[in-house]
Formats: sequence, C-alpha cells, structure tokens
Amino acid sequence: MVENRPWANFFAHTVLIIGVALVVFPVYIAVVASTQAPGELMRGTIPLLPGSHGIENYTQMWQSGVSSANSPPAALMLWNSFVMAMAITVGKLSISLLSAFAIVYFRFRFRMFFFWLIFVTLMLPVEVRIIPTFQVVADLKMLNSFAGLSIPLIASATATFLFRQFFMTIPEEMLEAARVDGAGPFKFFKDILMPLSVTNIAALFVIMFIYGWNQYLWPLLITTDPDYTTIVMGIQRMTSEENPQWHLVMAAVVMAALPPVLVILFMQRLFVKGLTETEK
Amino acid sequence: MASITLEGLKKTYTGNVNAVKGIDLHIEDGEFVVLVGPSGCGKSTLLRMVAGLEIITEGTLKIGDRVVNKLEPAERDIAMVFQNYALYPHMTVYNNLAYGLKNRGFKKDEIEKRVRVAAKMLEIEEFLDRKPRKLSGGQRQRVAMGRALVRDPAAFLFDEPLSNLDAKLRVQMRVEIKQLQRRLKTTSLYVTHDQLEAMTLGDRLVVLNAGQIEQVGTPMEIYARPASMFVAGFIGSPAMNMLPVDYLNEQGANGLLDNLPDGTDTVGIRPDDMHLAPPTVPHLIVDSTLELFEAAGAESHLYVTLANSDQPTVIRVSGQPPVAEGETLRFYVTRDALHPFNSATGKRTGD
Repeated sequence: MVENRPWANFFAHTVLIIGVALVVFPVYIAVVASTQAPGELMRGTIPLLPGSHGIENYTQMWQSGVSSANSPPAALMLWNSFVMAMAITVGKLSISLLSAFAIVYFRFRFRMFFFWLIFVTLMLPVEVRIIPTFQVVADLKMLNSFAGLSIPLIASATATFLFRQFFMTIPEEMLEAARVDGAGPFKFFKDILMPLSVTNIAALFVIMFIYGWNQYLWPLLITTDPDYTTIVMGIQRMTSEENPQWHLVMAAVVMAALPPVLVILFMQRLFVKGLTETEK
Repeated sequence: MASITLEGLKKTYTGNVNAVKGIDLHIEDGEFVVLVGPSGCGKSTLLRMVAGLEIITEGTLKIGDRVVNKLEPAERDIAMVFQNYALYPHMTVYNNLAYGLKNRGFKKDEIEKRVRVAAKMLEIEEFLDRKPRKLSGGQRQRVAMGRALVRDPAAFLFDEPLSNLDAKLRVQMRVEIKQLQRRLKTTSLYVTHDQLEAMTLGDRLVVLNAGQIEQVGTPMEIYARPASMFVAGFIGSPAMNMLPVDYLNEQGANGLLDNLPDGTDTVGIRPDDMHLAPPTVPHLIVDSTLELFEAAGAESHLYVTLANSDQPTVIRVSGQPPVAEGETLRFYVTRDALHPFNSATGKRTGD
C-alpha cells in the first residue's frame, strides 16, 4: 500500500506506542523490583529506577531459593518446568502428528468415529477431568515424577485437529507420486508430510510450550516433593507467605518469563520463513 | 520395457457405480497408446488402475509377463506424470528426481549420473538446485517428466500432463513428449480429453465412452473410419455433422444414397467434406442459410442451418470465402465423404 497521509501515520504510531508502553510497563516494574534491596518494596512507593542489588537477588534466588516458603532454588524449579514443558510439547506434537496422519491417510473402520472422539475431547480441558486423572496417576504410582507431570497433559485434540486440516490441504497426488516413487507410509510421513508441516509444527511448538510452562493446577496437585516443584508453583508459594520477599519473587518472575520468550524468538524464524515462502 | 495387457478390467465403486466396464487391450512393447474420451468416461480411472493407485475390481492386468493386480505402484515398475505435476515442494529439483531412486536403494553416484542424464535430456540442468515453486509451468512439467525418466521404468503413464499449460507451451511440450518417447522407446499410456493431443501423439488411440472401448486404432484409421457415431462426433474438430438419410433424399440425392449399406438412416459428413464449389464427380446438393461466419486465419467455419430443417451444421473451408451472414449457400458433398450410421445402435453400418 502506498499512501502519504502524515496525520494517519502520526495517529497510528501514537496508538502503537501507547499500546507497547502498556504492555512493557509491568515487565519493566518487575525487572526494577528484582534489583531492589530487601524491604525496599514494602515502603508503599514502588521505585521506578533500578536498584543496586540485582546480582545479589538473582544469585540468591538461583542458588538457594526461599526456604521459609518451601521454595527450592530457581535453578531447580526452572529445570523442572523446562523438562515438563518440553515433554508435553514434544509428546503432544508427536502424538497429534501421528494421529492426524492416521485419520487423514488411512482408511480404517470407524475412522470418523475416532476423529469425533478426539474432537469431543477438545471440550474437556484439564480442569474438568482433573480428579479422575489424579486418581489414575496415583494408581499408576506416578505421583512426584516427571511422567506424572507430563503424560496426562500430552493428548491434544487441538493439535490433532489442526494437523488434520493441514494434511487435507496437501493434494492427494503428492501421496500418489510418493507411492509411485516407492515411499511407504512411514517414508511418506517422514520425507514429505513432516517437512511440509514445519511451519505448523513451529507455531504449535510455541503454543504448546507456553501451555506446558504455565501449568499450575496440575503440578500443584500431584507433586508434594520439593524436588519436582515447578517455577510457577514456586512463585505462587513465595507470594502466599505472610511477608513475601518481593525482591526475590520478582527475580524469579523475570527468570520464569525468559524461557518462553527464548522459545518464541527461536521458533519465530521458522514460522516467519514458512509464512513468507508459501510452499504449495 | 514391457508390454501391458488388460484383460476384462473392471472397476466398480461402492454403490454399484461401474466406472470401467470390462476393458481388453494389449499394448505392445514400446508403443505409445493414448486413451481419449470425454470427462467421466473412465479413462483416468483406467490409467490409475494400471498405475496401482486404484484397486482392480475384476480382470487381469499384466505388465510384461507379470500379473500385477495386487502389487503396490512402486513394485509395478511404472512411472507416472500427474496433471498437477505433484512435485515435492520442499525438495530441490535434484531431490525431486532423486527421491524415487533413493527409495529404491540406488548408490549415490548412480543417482547422480541418472539425474544428470535426465536433466540434460529435458534441459533442466540449470534448475537442479531450485525449488519447484521458483519454476514456471513448463519447467515444472519437465521436472515431472524427469522424475519419471530417471527411473527408466517399464512403462510411462501420463495423466493429462499438458492440461495445466497454456496453448503455446502445450503444443511445444506435446512435440517434445513425442520425440522423447520415440527416442526412449518406452511403452507409454497417455490419458487426455483433448482430441488433437490424442491424434498427434498416439501410435494407437483408444476411444473410451462410459467405461467401455468405442474404438481402437491408429489416429488416421479412427479419423477416416469412425466405428460409431460417438467416435465420429468426438474425433475431429469441428465435429462431424450428422444428417438423416431421408432428409438428404428429399433435397436431391441424384441417386447417390441408393446403395448405402443396410440399416443406414444417418450419414456423417466431416465439415471439410462440404464444398462450396460443385465437384466434377457425382455429388449431393444441399441448400442452407449462413447463420454465423467464423474466420480462423487459414480456414473459416461456416455455421449454417439447412433448408427446410432446423439442423445446425458446420462447414469448414480454407481461406475466407466471399459470403455474408444471412446469405443462402449451396454446398456439395461427394459419395466417398459419407459415413453411414444407424442412429438406433449408434454403430457404423459398413464401408
């Protein structure tokens, strides 16, 4: 679009700048707060300029955590969160890719029935089925383990559905050409479908990772061992103390916010590339 | 290299839809056979059955001496060129060509050698590192052909490969396909609905209608002696005119129609066989009114309605005759230009 309307330009930029400021300000406050001395944040006025205790606060949070709140070191919690989020993401992606592959490309009995079965589970978020799921996990002796943290969250109707829709847009001749070229079902999946789905995989990876990273209720329910505390749980515990040590909480918050940002930055290259070069 | 034999090949879809109703055909080793027919006549289904992409309901399919009814497409030693090319969009042209060979466990240097040879033959060497989306329609078409070529299969199967190209490229690729096939002498089965493509490409033509063979023969045999009214109307452009014998008798047949084979009630006349000047040999005379004059460069098409009849008829003449729309035209037809048919059976009655 070629346009030259200075006022419209000015107006658009003003709106955008205000929007960005609104989003960035709380983050800025969190960063500033995490560099204050203990007690500085309890005085009523929140400082707007960074303090001098940044390194100290972060080191303390990273290495020892807040034992009074039963919160282990951030390093451990971040690691737990990362393992859980990755397990959920990778698990969700592989299961949904495979089930979408089966539903779209194989003609088996009750195919549509299974598709609808998967589709119906879209309507049942974790919170709805949390008690029976807990029972199952407890019976399988998976409490206080990474398996218990991630496996029940792996099944994903959303991703299956999205991959199904995407697979259906791939022309059928592609499969036929691959068959003539001597590719069996698995080779077709690996050599043709997967590379074509890279964009979708990247986008879903980001969404799933953040979903896994932000899990709160489920980890809270099934882990009692502090060794399995995730960062979101840890932050919650620290804030529910009688006198929360806000400077440490904020340091944990900033650290907790970083991995999703990194994942987005890394994956962005993949899906931006995919969006501009439509591979059709 | 191998012959292909189809014996009583049938395809029935669920719900008792008979797409292909028993096809017997033998394709010689090295022969170029074109399957032609209107859309929905089962030609693509038949080709896909040969390819192994469609299950054969009944009958036997042999490639060489091997019955291949139950084999996977890859095991049938055929290569297929698809209408929309079906190139792998994420692979370079080189990998598109190499994929089939890789899956068959060819050595790297053998793959390299074959891809280079095929690319050179099709003049796509400079595109080998590009992705298909960076290529034009004609270039993609070449890549699709290359993918078939590198495999050096027993047979090529073409499923309307030129219908996505513009008119000029289509003619060019048609010539190239023909030359390539002559050079390689690979048995080929080619599906098209374009009768011009069919006429120019095939050693033999198979005209299909409603899942059955109407006629098999060389293009000129079929053109000169169509076995049924369907074939007569389908091959040749503009289509053959069909005139009732009774009508022609009324108009003054000069006794020319007296010795037509038994059962003839309709005669077909090609638009080129209707002359505006009286020939020296005995002829029929028909009067008509010119409705529309279509000048197509070297030739012209005259759309006329016959006198005392509302039958639309097309005449093809060379050059541009000095005629005006609305004018009454008299045209002449000789005896040897008449194709006798029986309109009830739709079959040719003799000659």
